[in-house]
Amino acid sequence: MRVIEPWVAAPLQGFLDESGARLTLLMTSAGQVIAQDGFTRSVDVMAAAALGAAIMASTDAIADVMSTAAFGVVLHQGPKQSLVLRAFWTPRGRWIGLVVFGSETSVGLVQLFFQELELALAKAAPAELPTRAVLAENFEYELNASLRSLFGR
Amino acid sequence: MRNLGDALERVTRVSGIRGAMLVAESDGLVVAEALAEGLDGAAVAALAASLTLRLRRTAISAGLAVPQVVQLRAERGTVLSVPVGDDLLLVAVAERDANLGLARLELRQAAAQLGS
Repeated sequence: MRVIEPWVAAPLQGFLDESGARLTLLMTSAGQVIAQDGFTRSVDVMAAAALGAAIMASTDAIADVMSTAAFGVVLHQGPKQSLVLRAFWTPRGRWIGLVVFGSETSVGLVQLFFQELELALAKAAPAELPTRAVLAENFEYELNASLRSLFGR
Repeated sequence: MRNLGDALERVTRVSGIRGAMLVAESDGLVVAEALAEGLDGAAVAALAASLTLRLRRTAISAGLAVPQVVQLRAERGTVLSVPVGDDLLLVAVAERDANLGLARLELRQAAAQLGS
């Protein structure tokens, strides 16, 4: 498991211990990675984050067209592996969880323990940090720092 | 759907039964439910399905064939689970002083009614 923000580690570890998930990714609704488990290549995690955020944005747009509340969960069920995408609110804004799992667990268990993760994250979140301006000249440095945190290199 | 409602009602009529659910075993999701207020059906369904699946594998590995009833007795009550067809479970949550013999009988008859 790799996390950008240390306070995420304990709640996420609890989820990983219980859920039987193969891959887990927490990201902001803009696709910025917060934590990951199971991914081995940075290119995979960045692609999964971008695609997961895009899928949730698409479902938000569909909900808007249908004049209904946003869909909180998207499930892609496959013969060997399935994927759950869940949008949820934290004290740090709206985040998205992407969980890949196989037949060793179930969508019911993954959803149950993800709900517990959401509550644990809400409890563990520290007081709001002062917001920093994101400058174009810092972007590459911060991206590389995040990748080092996520992949330890 | 009426058939489902009838089967669940048959189980919940037993004294001391707090709720009954039809659960997809492989997904751990609720298909239909009749629950008392305050009972978290989604959580019970997910955990009961996982438990029943593992107990079934255990029983088969031990050469005992498929369990007909799974009964989990806790300090304040009991969870009962019986298979319905290939991938469904009928699950009941009972209070400590419920008539478990009658509950098991009604569960098995309701499961047979749903499976037919």
